[in-house]
Formats: sequence, C-alpha cells, structure tokens
Amino acid sequence: MSAHPLDKYLVTKRLPHIWCPGCGIGVALAAILRAIDRRVREGALKPENLVMVTGIGCTARAAIYVSFDSAHTIHGRAIPFASGAKLANPKLEVMVLGGDGDIAGIGGNHLLHAARRNMDLTVFMITNMVYAMTGGQVAPTTPTGMYTTTTPKGNPETPVNVIKLVAYQGANYVARASTTHPALIERYTYRALGMEGFRFIEIISPCPEIFGRHIGFRDPVELYEEIKKKSKYKPKPSLEESDLDWERGWVLGEFIERNEPGYLKRIGRV
Amino acid sequence: MSRCEYIPANIAIAEGAMAAGLSFFAGYPITPASDLFEYLAEKLPERGGVVVQFEDEIGSINAVIGAAWAGAKAMTATSGPGFSLMVEGLGLAIMTETPLVLVDVMRAGPSTGVPTKTTQSDVYQVRFAAHGEYSVPVLVPWSAQEAFDLAVKAFNIAEALRTPVILLTDAALAHTWERVEIKGHDEIEIVKRRPPCNPPEKFKLYEPCKDLAPRMAYFGEGYGILVESLAHDEEGYYSPNTEAYERLVRRLVAKIERNSHLIADNEEYLTRGAEYVIYAYGSTARSAYAVVKELRREGLRVGLFRPRALWPFDAEGLKKATESAKKVFVVENNLGKMVREVERVLKNKEVIPINVIDLEVPPPDKISEEIRRWL
Ligand SMILES: Cc1ncc(C[n+]2csc(CCOP(=O)(O)OP(=O)(O)O)c2C)c(N)n1
Repeated sequence: MSAHPLDKYLVTKRLPHIWCPGCGIGVALAAILRAIDRRVREGALKPENLVMVTGIGCTARAAIYVSFDSAHTIHGRAIPFASGAKLANPKLEVMVLGGDGDIAGIGGNHLLHAARRNMDLTVFMITNMVYAMTGGQVAPTTPTGMYTTTTPKGNPETPVNVIKLVAYQGANYVARASTTHPALIERYTYRALGMEGFRFIEIISPCPEIFGRHIGFRDPVELYEEIKKKSKYKPKPSLEESDLDWERGWVLGEFIERNEPGYLKRIGRV
Repeated sequence: MSRCEYIPANIAIAEGAMAAGLSFFAGYPITPASDLFEYLAEKLPERGGVVVQFEDEIGSINAVIGAAWAGAKAMTATSGPGFSLMVEGLGLAIMTETPLVLVDVMRAGPSTGVPTKTTQSDVYQVRFAAHGEYSVPVLVPWSAQEAFDLAVKAFNIAEALRTPVILLTDAALAHTWERVEIKGHDEIEIVKRRPPCNPPEKFKLYEPCKDLAPRMAYFGEGYGILVESLAHDEEGYYSPNTEAYERLVRRLVAKIERNSHLIADNEEYLTRGAEYVIYAYGSTARSAYAVVKELRREGLRVGLFRPRALWPFDAEGLKKATESAKKVFVVENNLGKMVREVERVLKNKEVIPINVIDLEVPPPDKISEEIRRWL
C-alpha cells in the first residue's frame, strides 16, 4: 500500500483512531495537517518545532496520533500547558486542539486570558455542541432548548459565542470554519500558522453518535447535511454576525485579523 | 562566587532555585508565598528567565509542566488554597514524570483560614491530595539557609528522578530574616536531566533506566514525544490492561521509594543513647531544639530527630535514631499528622503526640510543658 502524503505527520501504527464513523474530528485534523504540510514544504516551518497540546475529550485524542511532539494533558488545561511550552522555547510552533467543553467550558478562563495576553498560540476548538467523550451531556455551546442527557427537558442556557469572547480580548486572528468545508479549515490554519499572537479557529463539527442521535438524526449523513446547510461562508463577516444559532445557522469566515505584537514580543522574548 | 545576605526563606528559595538554574516561573499571588514570586519577577528575567502571573494556580502549575517539557527548569510557589487548585496538575506531573519544583508555604486552614500565620497542617495534603497511586518527595527546611540548600536539592532530585518535588515551608520561616550564604551556580552540585541515549525511532519516553527513572527528550528536539496523562506503556501508548497499569504505578512509586537515599536526610542532635527522642520538623523543630537543650541542662537524656525530607518517610533513619529511646515525642504545629507515620514505624515504642497549635511558632515553653507531663 502506498503511503498517504500526510502519513509522515501521523503515528500510523496507532490507527485506526477512536473517532466514530461520521465524526468530524478526523476531517478537521486532516485539514490542519495539510496546512502544516504546506508551511513545511514552503520551508516556513520545521516539523521538529511543531507541538500539539490537547486536554481531554474525543477531540483531545488527536495528540496521540500525530508524529510530531505532542501532549495529551488534563481536561481544560491545554492552553496554560501550551503557554508554558511556548514561553520556555519561543522557537516552538505550539498549537492547541480541543473540544468545546475542554476549551470554552472547563478551560474557558484560560482561553479568555490567553486571548487577552495575545499569547503566541494557535487554538482550534472543535464545536460539536456536546460533551461527546462522556456520553452526551450539555456543553457551553449546546443550542438553547436542546435535549442532552443532563438537560433532559431541554437546555435552559444560552450558548457561548466564543468568537466574540476571544475577539473582544484582543486576539490577533479569529475565524470559524466547519468540517463540512474542510478547505476553509486548511486555509485558516495556513494563515494562522504564519502569524504571531493569539490565533483562534472554531471548527463546527458533526458528532452523529452522541449529539445527532440524541436529537433525532438517525444517520450521520443527515446530520452532516444539516450542519452544511446551516454553515454559510462569508468573506470578512462582522462580529455581529458571529452568533452560533441552531435555528438560523451560523457564519463561517475570518472575523478578526490583526497584527498586534504577541506576548513574547511584549515581554522581549523575540 | 558565594555571598552572604540577610534574607527570609522565601527569598532564599528564590535564590536557591536561580542558583540551580531556574529558567521559568509561573504563579498566582497568595500569602505567604507572594514575595517569593515578586522577587523572582524582578530577578529572573535579568538572567534570561521567564516569570508570568497566570489566571490562577491551575494555569500556573500546567504552564510549569509545559515549560519543563520545552526544556526549562521550572517552578511555582503557593500556599494551601492554591495547592488545592494545583492538585490535578501535580497528578499530571507525576503521571508524565515531569521534573519541576512546587514550593508550598503553609498557612492555617482549612479554607481561607489564617492567611498570614503559620501551622504545619498541610503535611498530608502535599503528599496525598492527588488521586491514584504515587509517591512524591517533600523537603522541609527549618531555616533560611536550609531553604536555599533544599531548593537546590529539590531541583537535583526532580532532574535525577524525573519527578515533581515539593519544597514545604511555612509562614513563619517564609518571613524570618536570617543570614544566608548564597552560593553561585558553579559552587553547587547540579544534577543534569538525562538525555536520550537512543535515536528518535528507538527512544521510549517512559522506559526506565536501572534506577527506574526514564530519560527525557524535550519538545523541539526531533524525538516526536508524546506527553501522556493516560496510563501508558513505556512508549507512552495508552494501555487499559492490568499488567501495563500495574507495571506503571509500581514503578512510579518505587522510583521514589527505592531512591530514598537521594532524598532522605536527617539531622540528629544528641540522639545517641537518648532516653527520649523528639521528632520535629520545619519551624517547630527550632523550638523543639531549644527544648532539648533545656531538658539536657536538667540532666535528662533527650535528643532531637529532625527530618529534612518528610516524604518518602525514612523509617530506617528513624528506627536507628530511636534505638535507645523509651519514649518518642512527635512535636507538630497541627493536631497530629506525622505522628501516625512515626507510630506505624515504631510499633513497639511509646510514641506521644505533642500537638501545639500556635499561629506563630509553638514556643519552647508550651512544648516542654506538654512533654514534662510524660517524663
Ligand atoms: C477534571 C475533569 N472533569 C471531568 C472529566 C470528564 N470528561 C472527560 S472528556 C469531558 C468532556 C468532553 O467534551 P469536550 O471537551 O467538548 O470534547 P469532545 O469529547 O466533545 O470532543 C469530560 C467532562 C475529566 N476528564 N476531568
């Protein structure tokens, strides 16, 4: 069997991965790796300087499949771990990948402050609107009214708009993509990897097994089609258009692009 | 070049850590540890290091772990409430075998307690608060000079055994000014991290050397390492089977316990032939020492056993030091903690807890009053 061009970024002997059929996490990871590969081939990035830091959750398992340096840490704490690594060795290109619970729930405080510091990290948040690994509990991104195993009468809460949260803190780059549009994930990642400061990419991703099934989607394709329908690409959208709204859908695009000095520059480390 | 300064233990620890090669500090302000942090904020960047205040202690300990994996000698400092928040991170450091130093300056709890005053009530918290099987070295200085020396030693143990090490002091020591000899980097013994001895394709991040501690590669060295919080095999691959799990946790514990010769260190004062031995540590041991001198003047054969490391518990050292003793007094500024260990080890001896709660330091007369009842 001939090797896949991205195999060099994967520990292929650890495959198959744990993600369910129809899950978007693998699609997101592949797009991220394609962007990395482009940067590497252009000579802008050395594979030995790449570090992927994750917390805990389905998404976080990505760390165990990549062949470059990685850390599979604890729930919610990938961002401070990654910050420490980057500050200790500024040469590293440190990325964080996490679920919406990991990044915006238990890790929300770290997200807020890393964005405020304009910490030199790229953070990917996989928004599947549910706590998948633990079996379908409410997430900070779960749409209002929706059934989850811990909100059996429907979620009474308003989902967090992480795009606004991060943008208002002064992050250099804030974008939203979807695994139904992998080319956007690749493009945004490619762009983020060429920048300094805090870069945040939200990736909407279907979880057919834990999210879709619980709310009546019997088949992964159905959920995929629904998410695709709800995801509308827009060049240069405004923050006012960034709400995550299950009824009306959501906008994909690059909400913020700034070139403010990253944290390392601010403390004179570069 | 060494120099002498008049400083408290908090500053002595900062100096000791810098002499040992500290390059990264992350923390969150808390009394009575803040001035250690503030001192480093001024001094460490001058030496090319990084000092950052994180959003909380959870962020701080995780940043320290991340920095250690990027090659830094890293440290944080806190007190009881902050330590509580760091516990999950400490577990991560233990599981991933991350060298770091965690300074805990005890205050009075539970909860917010008495922030500015001292007790010794967290000697179990530092050893047992994380979940799962583990052992972790805990060093307890009794003076500012020893705080400097043990800060260096803490880093050396961390590097030698690839483990977090806890340096445990208290509010009284933290702010007791004393003369300290600050040795230079080249005047102290520095233990270096053991680099891989295999090329990347053969290197296993969790494969133990003979002494049970594994070698370490950093991020950015081309080894493609996986820092793994799940239970793992030698390669770092998650493995939920009993055999691999048991192998891992037995090694994690044995790595510390079997290398206790690198950690254990006791000061004995007049224990030979002593009829009574006082077991005391940290700031309380200073008063216990005064009590020993007082009782000796009265002709009583009393000695002091003072561990400089609380954990792992040096059972052999204690047994030897108390061979001749009829009674062993365990003097602590808490309601009785290490006394349980002493009782466990000295099963056939009379072990008497002397629990003197005092938010300053238990004064010698309070201690001797209690002890005299048993003489
Ligand atoms: C401190 C702590 N609390 C709870 C858990 C259990 N837990 C594991 S993953 C997870 C949430 C997963 O959801 P998310 O972060 O959105 O990731 P996903 O699985 O959806 O990718 C939880 C609550 C844990 N591992 N640690």
